[in-house]
Formats: sequence, structure tokens, C-alpha cells
Amino acid sequence: MKIRLDILRRESGETEPYLQSIMFETEDENATVATALSEINKSEGIRDLNGKRVKPIRWECSCLQKKCGACAMVINSHPQLACNARLKDCEKNGCIKIEPLRKFPVVQDLVVDRSVMFENLRLMNVWFNEQTKADEGSAEISYEASRCLQCGCCLEVCPNFYAGSEFFGTSAMVPITRIISELPEAQKKEILKAYREHGYSGCGKSLACRNVCPAGIDIDRLLVNSNAAAVWRRKIGGRNKKK
Amino acid sequence: MNRINIVGAGLSGLSAAITLAENGVPCNLISLQQSERAQSVLAEGGINGALNTMGENDNTENHFNDTIKGGVFLADPNAVDGLTKGAPGIIRRLEGIGVPFNMKDGEIVLRNFGGQKKKRTAYARSSTGKIIMSAVIDEARKHEHSGMIKRYPHHEFIRLLIKNGSCTGVRIRDSYSGKFADFKGIVILASGGLNGVFPGMTTGTTQNSGDVTATVFSQGVILGNLEMLQYHPTTVGISGKRCLVTEAARGEGGRLYIERGGEKWYFMEEKYPELKNLMPRDVVAREMFFVRRDGECGDQVYLDMTGLPEDTWKNKLSDLREEIIHYLSIDPKTAPVPVKEGIHYFMGGIDTDINHRTNIENLYAAGECACQYHGANRLGGNSMLGALYGGRTAANAIIDGIKNKTGFSDEEPEFLDISDEPFAKEASSVLIEKISEILLGGLGIVRNENDLKNSLEKLSELEKKPRNEREKNRIALAFAMLLSALERKESRGAHYREDFPEKDESFRKSGLAVFDDGKIRIEYREIPERRSE
Repeated sequence: MKIRLDILRRESGETEPYLQSIMFETEDENATVATALSEINKSEGIRDLNGKRVKPIRWECSCLQKKCGACAMVINSHPQLACNARLKDCEKNGCIKIEPLRKFPVVQDLVVDRSVMFENLRLMNVWFNEQTKADEGSAEISYEASRCLQCGCCLEVCPNFYAGSEFFGTSAMVPITRIISELPEAQKKEILKAYREHGYSGCGKSLACRNVCPAGIDIDRLLVNSNAAAVWRRKIGGRNKKK
Repeated sequence: MNRINIVGAGLSGLSAAITLAENGVPCNLISLQQSERAQSVLAEGGINGALNTMGENDNTENHFNDTIKGGVFLADPNAVDGLTKGAPGIIRRLEGIGVPFNMKDGEIVLRNFGGQKKKRTAYARSSTGKIIMSAVIDEARKHEHSGMIKRYPHHEFIRLLIKNGSCTGVRIRDSYSGKFADFKGIVILASGGLNGVFPGMTTGTTQNSGDVTATVFSQGVILGNLEMLQYHPTTVGISGKRCLVTEAARGEGGRLYIERGGEKWYFMEEKYPELKNLMPRDVVAREMFFVRRDGECGDQVYLDMTGLPEDTWKNKLSDLREEIIHYLSIDPKTAPVPVKEGIHYFMGGIDTDINHRTNIENLYAAGECACQYHGANRLGGNSMLGALYGGRTAANAIIDGIKNKTGFSDEEPEFLDISDEPFAKEASSVLIEKISEILLGGLGIVRNENDLKNSLEKLSELEKKPRNEREKNRIALAFAMLLSALERKESRGAHYREDFPEKDESFRKSGLAVFDDGKIRIEYREIPERRSE
């Protein structure tokens, strides 16, 4: 398999981006964009399509099995994890376009600074103030909410999220659902208020995030649960619905 | 006094940070990427603790005995005593921060795991690491909000600052700006295992490059039991790495077989009628190697999970099934899965005492980067436990030594351009691949003197060319690994020497690799007796 990767590169956030094409050849039919980027960087003397020597491509990765969210990027206009994007599935006429996520400041090449996501979780007080316990009724919701990778793909497709916005997006609404699923009395008011202010009220219900999650989190189910608690003052999962 | 510096934000680093924060001691949490990217999220099967919720009369003494025996009597019994006694409390604490363990009738359900005679492994389906990490990250966030934990989440460890044999801090680099800063104060290393020494050949992450361990080794930190690499019996090759098939697959009833004379031979069940497929990992991996080598058998071992009940797939192993279908296009519910041994865990690493102190004053190590608890072979379910307990123990040792918990300096060191930091230049990936190949030649599942000497010779060739500091350090670490395996002239746990196939009591000692004046030597230290109550 021979693929042309068109990579949007950038020396830093201050310089202009440019598209660079690099050929990649492999016999591994399950090779992913992550495989391609690692192999290219490992090769001695990386050259672009014109034979010019170019620098290694900077990107982030860690687990290579879609469990850590590090390698999220835009591949053929779709935000996804590079380690989950098989070349044979992505290529169009032998080409794949690779760009950094667009909602975050670019550090270099495909590396973006996603710190706003973590800062938003802090601003929303996503933690338990006191000892809690996931009971059997809430465990399902808590488990699903715990699976969020903090990769940023859902923010990429969201028409309402931008860095600095009061709306924190699905990547904050999912983790806070873990706290809401237990709804500890002492922080009930504050956590539901945070959810309404930074979640529910800014969400335009476009449902764009629905099918983009690389972890396949059932976002509908989680948000329906949290909306019920925060907006309709009803609990769906959680303590009052013990099996 | 300066804030405590923790290098690594996985489970052990977070555990140390939270413990410090809860006790009024502020820290810096330094990691190249966010905690969500740490290898801890990959842990699948569960965490051990004698909660005794399954009516099997389990207790912490059983857990102690299984851990010591699994590690073939090479672990420090006093450290393991603390670990196993602390385990139930750690799992209860996790429950208290909202970890949704699998439950039944309001109580945590435990599953069978290798090398343990009782059900002792708490789990959240087959993504236990990820689910625990999410709760622990939230808990740390509470202390970030109060300022007790300060994150440096895109910052790389460069080297320790050492003065007169004592650690005075750590030099780090902001990977975004490229600038360096010296963080003064006590250091806890929680930087993970040596996966990067074997690129593409382990179940771990690319982040755990092994550079931290290699660097500190060259700075005089003693490493222990480096020959003890754990090969996990059930891994599958995916693009760029080995992917783990959790031991829970066998804990829940999965069976290993190989074809022999046109029939399925469930070799583990025949050879080990008591624990069967759930023998400790070193035994299973070695048996797989041997049956494959047997001329009468096929060359592929399969994991047969086709007999597992529907409920197990739905509530206990749903994530595993999805993963296998995704990567191998095989549905494990209906067809056996071809599996092979893969490097999974490093029992060896930075040598520490029972309080996680290293040989350098004011330097601690915890989690997989440290050599503690697991001896010659780690039991499944003991890694997250060791990370959480180890991080906490290191933090507690530091807390105990602080007389005055007020007046911590909150001044952030200045980040500066340094053009001539010798430890900053990366090692060439071509060299890393070469070293890996050489090491694998000597450090396979079955080892012998010839192969090890052969690998040492090849490594000496690499040493002759000019190298940068990280390259030199990596070569030194590789030498230390091979020499550790060469010197241990016995078979014990993960270290199997076909030229010395028996266990030798005179080697029931910790092997120590010491880097002194440019030379590496291997020493041995007696294993202490267990202190009586």
C-alpha cells in the first residue's frame, strides 16, 4: 500500500501553516495514520514529495490502541484518533489529508494545546467534595462517563464550542455526569448549577458530537440523565432508582 | 521549604500527589502529557485486595503468600506485608471516590486472577485502569483547585540535580516552549516501565520511553532485578505494538490450547491441574513457548473463550470483546483467538527500600519505574495496587520527615533557554531499534549464557561510535539488563536460564546494577526476613 500523506504543518503558533506531502509505503494492511507517522519519523532522512529533506513531524501519541486520546487530529476532515484511522479505510485516491484539531492553539505541526479542556473541568468543580459510593443503580452511568478520553474530538465538531467560551462542551458534560450520577447532597446545588451554566444552556442540541466519540461513549444517554437532574430536577439513574 | 516534585502523572504519581496534598504538603506534578494519556489507563483486569466478599474465607495473609510465592521469594516480605494489608483499604478508598466497581447486592464482586487461589480481584468490566484513573484524576483536580497540586502537564524530565550525593531537585523542559527550569526540592520518580527500550514489542505506551531510568542510572541511582521482564501470555500483535488480552479472560473461564495430532490440547489444564490456565504469568508464558517448540504441536497457541456464558460477555468482558473484534476481526464468543507472549511489565527498576527511598538522599521512586513488591514475577492485579500503595508510601515517608508544614515556597522557577544541556538531545530511533534487537536476542523467555554474551558483544560494538548522552545512557541501561541476566545463574520467575534450569537458593537475593565511574557492576543483597508482628 502506497499512500500520500498531505500534512498541515506549522513551526509554531506564530508562523503560517503549510501543506507538505510525504509518501508512505507499507505492507501492513492494518497500518494506521499513527503507524505512518511513527514510521516516517523513524526513517533516516525524511523527504517530501519533491525529495527535499524535512524535519520529523511533531504529533502526540501514547497508547496506540484508542484508550488515551493523545493522538486526536483531523483526518480527511474528520476528527479522530490517528491510532484508530486505518490507512486503507481513510485513503481517497491514494491520499490522506492530516491536520491538527482546529479548536485549540497549535503548538507545532499536529500538536495542539488542549489545556482549556482540563481547565474547564476545574472551573466546573468536577470532583467529589466528600466520600461517595457508586451504587448499583448509578454504576452504569458512572462507568460510561468515566470512559471519556479528553481527546477533544467532540469539541472539534461542536458548533457552539470555542476555547474561552462559557460553554464547555461534551468533553466537560460527560465527566461531570459521573458526579451528577451520585448527586452528593453537599454539592448538589453547585454541581447542577455548573452543569446548567457551562453545559446545558450553551448546548445548541445539534447532536454533532453524537457519532464522533472515539471511545463510542453513549453521549445521548449520559446527557439525558444529567439534563433530567439539572434541568427537570428528576433523576433517571442514581440512588433513587436502585435495582 | 520547596514543593515536592513528582515526575509522572499516572496512578503512582497521582497517588503520591493526593497523599501529599491531603497532608498539607504541596507538590508539582510533572508529566510529558496529561494523566489521561498515562499507561495506567491501559490496565484492564482489576486490582487485588483481600476484601473477602465472595465467601471464600480470604484474608490478607493469603494475598501475602500468593504475592511472595508468585514472585518466587524475591520480593521484600516487609514491603509485601504492607502492600497486602493496605490493599482492602485502598479498594475501599477507590470506592469512596466513586469508582464503579462491578457490584452485586451492594458489595464489590471479585474475580479469579492468575497465581491466586481465591477470588481477590476487584474490577470494572475489563477497563479497570481507565475507570480508576478517571476517579483518581478527579480527586487530584480537587487539590489542583486548592493549589496544593500544581500541574506541569507538557514538561519533560531532563535530569536530576544532585549535590554531594543528595538529590536537590530536577531539571525539566517545557515541551511547548523548549525552555528549561530547575525545580528544587525532594523528587519522587513515578515515570513508568521501560517499554521504550523495546519499541513496538510491549503492551505499554510510547510515552514510557525508559529515558528517565536510563538517565538516573548514569547519575548514580542503583537499579534492581533488571533481568525480570514479564512476558504476558496473552497478547496479540496490532499495528505498532502488542495489545493485551486481559488475564480476566482466563479468570472468567478462557482456556489455552494448541493443536496436537489434529486435536486441541489444553496443555495448562493437563500440566497444572490445580490452577490450570491461571498459573502465574511466567509459568504460562514459558509453557506456551515450550509447547510451540514441541515438534508434535502446531506453532500457534489459541485462547478459547467460546464457552463463556452470555452474562460474562455482557457485564464483565464487553470491552475486551469489542477490542478483539475491532483489531482481529474475530468474535471471541464464537471463535478462538490466536495469542502470543508479549513484554508486559518490568518487575525490575529503580531499587528502593520499603519506604520507596532510593540510594540517593531525597530521591524516591514508585510505580512501575521502581523495583518493589513483585520479586521475580508480578501477579495480575498487583500492578495498580503497587502503584497506588507505592505512591502513597513514598509520600507518607516524605511527610513524616517534614517538621514544619508551613512556609512552602510558592515561587515558580524561571524557564530559560539553555543551548548546551547535554541530556536534552534525543537518542536516535535507529539506535534504539538496534539496542532493542540486541536485548531481545538475550532476554527472551528462555535464556542462556551464549545468547547473553553474544548480545553483550554486539552492544559493545555500538558503544564504540560517538554517542550523545541519552544514547550513552540507554546503552548503559542495556548493558545493565544483560549483565543482570548473565550473572543470575539460576531460573527464577520470569528469568529462565536453560543452562541453569533450577532455582538456586544462593541466588535468592536482589540483583543490583550499580553504575560507578563509567563502569557497571552487578551486586547482590540479601532478602530481609519478615518482621514478626
